[in-house]
Amino acid sequence: MNPFSSGTRLRDMIRAIRASKTAAEERAVVRKECAAIRAAINENDQDYRHRNLAKLMFIHMLGYPTHFGQMECLKLIASPGFPEKRIGYLGLMLLLDERQEVLMLVTNSLKQDLNHTNQYIVGLALCALGNICSAEMARDLAPEVERLLQFRDPNIRKKAALCSIRIIKKVPDLAENFINSATALLREKHHGVLITGVQLCTDLCKISPEALEHVRKKCTDVLVRTLRDLANSPYSPEYDIAGITDPFLHIRLLKLLRVLGEGDADASDSMNDILAQVATKTESNKVAGNAILYECVQTIMSIEDNGGLRVLAINSLGRFLSNRDNNIRYVALNMLMKAVTADGQAVQRHRATILECVKDSDASIRKRALELVYVLVNETNVKPLAKELIDYLEVSENDFRGDLTAKICSIVSKFSPEKIWYIDQMLKVLSEAGNYVKDEVWHALIVVITNATELHGYTVRALYRAFQTSAEQESLVRVTVWCIGEYGDLLVNNVGMLDIEDPITVTESDAVDVLEIAIKRHESDLTTKAMALVALLKLSSCFPSCSERIKEIIVQFKGNLMLELQQRAIEFNSILAKHQNIRSTLVERMPVLDEATFIGRKAGSLPGAASTTTMPSVGIPNGEAKPAAPLIDLLDLSSDDAPAPSSSGGDLLHDLLGVDLSPAPQQSGAGQPSKSGTDVLLDLLSVGSPAQSSSSTVDILTSNTNGKSPVSPLDDISSLSLSSRVNSNAGAAPMMDLLDGFGPSPSKENNGPVYPSITAYESSSLRLTFSFSKQPGNPETTNIQATFTNLSSNVYTDFVFQAAVPKFLQLHLDPASSNTLPAAGNGSVTQSLKVTNSQHGKKNLVMRIRIAYKLNGKDTLEEGQINNFPREL
Amino acid sequence: MIHFVLLISRQGKVRLTKWYSPYSQKERSKVIRELSSEILSRGPKLCNFVEWRGFKVVYKRYASLYFCICSDQDDNELETLSIIHHYVETLDRYFGSVCELDLIFNFHKAYFILDEILLAGEMQETSKRTTLRLIAAQEELLEAAKEEASSLSSIIAQATK
Repeated sequence: MNPFSSGTRLRDMIRAIRASKTAAEERAVVRKECAAIRAAINENDQDYRHRNLAKLMFIHMLGYPTHFGQMECLKLIASPGFPEKRIGYLGLMLLLDERQEVLMLVTNSLKQDLNHTNQYIVGLALCALGNICSAEMARDLAPEVERLLQFRDPNIRKKAALCSIRIIKKVPDLAENFINSATALLREKHHGVLITGVQLCTDLCKISPEALEHVRKKCTDVLVRTLRDLANSPYSPEYDIAGITDPFLHIRLLKLLRVLGEGDADASDSMNDILAQVATKTESNKVAGNAILYECVQTIMSIEDNGGLRVLAINSLGRFLSNRDNNIRYVALNMLMKAVTADGQAVQRHRATILECVKDSDASIRKRALELVYVLVNETNVKPLAKELIDYLEVSENDFRGDLTAKICSIVSKFSPEKIWYIDQMLKVLSEAGNYVKDEVWHALIVVITNATELHGYTVRALYRAFQTSAEQESLVRVTVWCIGEYGDLLVNNVGMLDIEDPITVTESDAVDVLEIAIKRHESDLTTKAMALVALLKLSSCFPSCSERIKEIIVQFKGNLMLELQQRAIEFNSILAKHQNIRSTLVERMPVLDEATFIGRKAGSLPGAASTTTMPSVGIPNGEAKPAAPLIDLLDLSSDDAPAPSSSGGDLLHDLLGVDLSPAPQQSGAGQPSKSGTDVLLDLLSVGSPAQSSSSTVDILTSNTNGKSPVSPLDDISSLSLSSRVNSNAGAAPMMDLLDGFGPSPSKENNGPVYPSITAYESSSLRLTFSFSKQPGNPETTNIQATFTNLSSNVYTDFVFQAAVPKFLQLHLDPASSNTLPAAGNGSVTQSLKVTNSQHGKKNLVMRIRIAYKLNGKDTLEEGQINNFPREL
Repeated sequence: MIHFVLLISRQGKVRLTKWYSPYSQKERSKVIRELSSEILSRGPKLCNFVEWRGFKVVYKRYASLYFCICSDQDDNELETLSIIHHYVETLDRYFGSVCELDLIFNFHKAYFILDEILLAGEMQETSKRTTLRLIAAQEELLEAAKEEASSLSSIIAQATK
């Protein structure tokens, strides 16, 4: 006998595990037991196999791996005795699931056991089959199960019936084989058989229209009679629960009647009486009674219309709703949700109670109630309901606020009767829970604001007020910053006062204060700060008195660690300093954002943004949608795929600037399309798009954008990844050149001395030339444009250029324009480098280079050192 | 339909798991982890239903044990609650005022009883008496097998003396 397994009994093992004081101790016990069981398995120990499996099941429940015991289940099932089989089947159901291939091996044993003479063994096999059978097994064993539906013992018949449910769910084709035997079960007296037969018929009807028709015709009356007998049956202790005979059977019968009555007036008619009886006579003071009532109401609401019954049903729901038991209230809310479609008016009567449930302390009830309120809102009641919800927002728990805000925003935008009300409500939501508002919501708000021309002044003043109290709500801050940037003059001059407004006095410097707070606030994120910078630039033009102060603020960000802000600050500063003449046109107010485009885009992108699925896209734009193109161009925060301006965006800016940009000067060596001027300006106003001034950047970016669908910029609007912008730093400098190009005094002389190009490296197969430029005011840094030319007659692929510099130099390499170099000088590869010389004026540049490429699939390597850099670099 | 039944102790220990829908072993432990933390943290006065991954989990606490049943969204929650109670009452009759220890040391019996009440995620038997009678009949079979084995071994022992 095995020396390991002889020792501990199951009981002893459980004791040992329970006696363990630490997790480590428990693991040690389990490890020891598992080792013993494995040893026993290896020795093919017969005597203790079922004990070992029982132990394994316990170990399994504790969460330890027990896969090595799976074959033991099969062996036990295959052994002749009942005790072994019983524990074997239990192990099979616990340790395996239907996806495991091992399971296929058990099919044969199952088949034998289904034909066993001992009915308890048949029962075990049915139980296992019903719980874990796969589609293949279902197909193989369906005939056995079908036969067992007529077995002499009712306990086998009921198991076979449930097994059949599993089979027809796995293989719906088999459904019709079961129809006749299933309907026969409906005439049984044995409750177990009857209830399983009812369930089988229910599932058959759901799967097969043919079965539905058959059961409806042949069995509706039988079922109605059975339910009536059951409802009127005298006290029977065996099935009694809280004074009701077999509520489970009640419920299953009602469920099947519902399936039969749905869409069939005759069937519905024949069950009216009994439904009315159940709805009125059932005791509703215990769980069981309420469960029946609940099921009955559900059936009444689903079957063909009968006015009287529906009133009865909704009234019982009303009673449910006022019940003190949370479970009953939850169920009522659930049911009212379904009743809304059938009888919205009747549900509206309970609105006040439902609204109370939104404020319940129980998360499950709150969630249900909120969804119900959401479907109850319509044009007539939106104002009071939204008010209630927004008031509640102030005191709601944090983890509920996300859901609640999303629903409020959706309701408000869907049903708002007028724009001013929409704006008011949104401001309230933003002030209360601005941190929970999704980006789409405030984007939509901005679109609405720009379209409400007569409300611009009102809105910006209201935002100003809200900002004073709720400056910690991020999205409120963003909308405020944007509006002040656009409508700052309206704020200061109290333009367009409405009667309902209290006049306020805001000076120009107050308005700038807001932006300064927003930009310097520690918690402000990059988006907000970047928006604030744009707003400042805009204000600099309309508030001349503050322009010095604004410039100071912008200058502070020139050294910001965030590339985005740094770049903007530098660019804006350049606009302020050098381009006074175009500044005012550059920062003119945005044209009205096109609401129609916005809605169109929103509708187009709805499938992807279906966070609230039931919402149709009607009315003014609501918060569940993606924003439209113009808005994107305006607020574009995505860096990955920014320079794909939609044509409308380009035109927009074109109009906005009112200047002809086509002869915009191009940077030397950069093969920009002539449209680039527009793009660059577009980029200037958009947050975070990389400056596309060197040709290599353009290539990378175009290859990025080509692969994406045209809508893709939408998806990234809120993703603020800067990681991919390896070259934006380098891009900043050429950008300035570009701006200088059409500035008032485009003086190349400013850029310092011009350096001659050099041929840095030349071999029989390859030439490399460098051209140089320097940023004004930064003599230490040199921008190098490297151009590679192929002198051989073969194409070079997998072209890689590497460079190394001594310690006193810093080198930054941008990606090359291509990794393929065409043959015989028919084109070139360019790559830009930036070298910073920390010993400028003392030491000259030197560089070691290595060029690797594939020539006819063969790796080739060239190396060299460049010493002929011009001096003073 | 019922997708699974879980018994979890107050301390989060699993006492019984029964799966009627295919969940891989990995998913099973994830489900148990997720649900036990969610259910154990709910206060006593709250309703017994938790919405979870598009399903409904109905739970009820009896002494130190949480009985949880996960069923379809449109199933009758109150009935599921009654099923839990029905199971607990059956256990109670079988063990005679059942406690957690009974279910730990006789976990296989808890499984056998459950298998007589539910099958394929549906209700199989609504009479506690019938359920217990079937369990008793199967236990008699076990006893008979045991006696046979011991008489067989005594015969062998005598024969080899």
